[in-house]
Amino acid sequence: MKRLAAIAAPLVLVAILLAIWEVSCRALNVPAYFLPAPSDIGRSLAENAPLLLVSAWRTLEMALLALLTASIIACSLALVTATSRTLERAVQPLAVVLQVTPVVAIAPLVVIWAGLAHPERAVVALAAVVAFFPIFSGALTGLKAADPDLERLFDLYGATPTQKLARLRLPSAVPFLLEGHKVAAGLAIIGAVVAEFVAGSGGAQGLAWRILEAGNRLQTAKMFAALAVLGLLAALLNGAVQLIERRALTWWRGR
Amino acid sequence: MTIASLHAVEVDYPRGKALGPFDLSLAVGEIVALVGPSGCGKSTALRLLAGLETPTRGSVQRAAGRGETSVVFQSPTLAPWLSATANVALPLELAGMARGQARAEAVAALDRVGLSGAEDARPAQLSGGMAMRVSLARALVTRPKLLLLDEPFAALDEITRRALADDVLALCAELKPAVVFVTHNVEEAVYMASRVIVMTPGPGRAAGETAIDAPIPRPAQFRTTPRFREAAEHVSAQLASAMSVAA
Repeated sequence: MKRLAAIAAPLVLVAILLAIWEVSCRALNVPAYFLPAPSDIGRSLAENAPLLLVSAWRTLEMALLALLTASIIACSLALVTATSRTLERAVQPLAVVLQVTPVVAIAPLVVIWAGLAHPERAVVALAAVVAFFPIFSGALTGLKAADPDLERLFDLYGATPTQKLARLRLPSAVPFLLEGHKVAAGLAIIGAVVAEFVAGSGGAQGLAWRILEAGNRLQTAKMFAALAVLGLLAALLNGAVQLIERRALTWWRGR
Repeated sequence: MTIASLHAVEVDYPRGKALGPFDLSLAVGEIVALVGPSGCGKSTALRLLAGLETPTRGSVQRAAGRGETSVVFQSPTLAPWLSATANVALPLELAGMARGQARAEAVAALDRVGLSGAEDARPAQLSGGMAMRVSLARALVTRPKLLLLDEPFAALDEITRRALADDVLALCAELKPAVVFVTHNVEEAVYMASRVIVMTPGPGRAAGETAIDAPIPRPAQFRTTPRFREAAEHVSAQLASAMSVAA
């Protein structure tokens, strides 16, 4: 019963808000190019469904590719960095600078480097830059998060540095890695959309381009439709990642 | 024969002197309790014997071979991602023993501490007392010559700690390691040890020593015997005078 209420409550709220929106648009005669009624958006969504779904898939594909790239680079860099305190001191400020620099500011550069003929490469690279930091800092924290008493035991039993890494530090880092990847997955979608906007080209064929394209043609209902698909995509990805994290943590802890 | 010893060891930390000068000599199969207030350096003395720290002055002689010294900490200190068996097998596997054999010995060690049936359980699924038993099994699986116990029962309830105290004594009688048992509980020290050393507040020094002349494992109702009461009162008095000298 509680579960049912938890699912129904937000749906009811959305239905009420949509109803108010629909009624106000009709009553006030708002022009459709300014604010289309939900029914118009629904019609546009149905008409453009194949195109929007393909675009959503492209955006998801680019975001996941970016997540994978970021994960590989961030994890290997964290592994190397964690071996030496000096190396960590050297790398940390650079990583922070990379994190605080807005992705839109570096986008034009990356677009040039990727080649104007390959905007999708620029999108993946930029989304990877955004997704890099949470994974890197999670991995770095995790590699240093081993129980100090357990570390003493490993010393006492004469563990080699390799044994300590494989049997203590890497397994200890698992919860931090999961958390980092969860945050990074959300950021990768945001990064992919922002980067496609900045690239300003239809070459990548993602959802951001659908929004830009419809906006230029003043097809406001289609803009909303693309936006709805994007929101749904992000929510689904978020849900999937949370589920994976919870399952993996249960496996790690055995409970 | 001496298993391990500390000779006039002193340990200085940045915040001041933590221990010493302090002497301790452990004979084969002997159980020694170190009693003292928090921060008297008793855990530091234990870490010296474990080789996890080196003294600022003085010298340490210890059983330095792999698995010859084992430590049980105040918390069970188990790896949460490993099963009870894998946790116990860890010291053996780190020493290069084949996985299958190490696991078999771990299962036997778990059986000795009364945990047969919990081989596949993860630490998160175990009660505090059971987790402590796993930790004990891990310490004993290498058949150490020296077993160091750093307030191992401090986080447990009274019933569990009494049961575990008897089990530890029974296991020690069987495997005969020399044991150093650190605690701030006088009655526990008297119950566990054949020799109780009282330490002064930091920097820790020996303030007195009491021999407990009774068989190990302890006979039933040992806590109610006059010998136990007298020894406990004697150690308490030593501890009180050590504290008042410092204050």
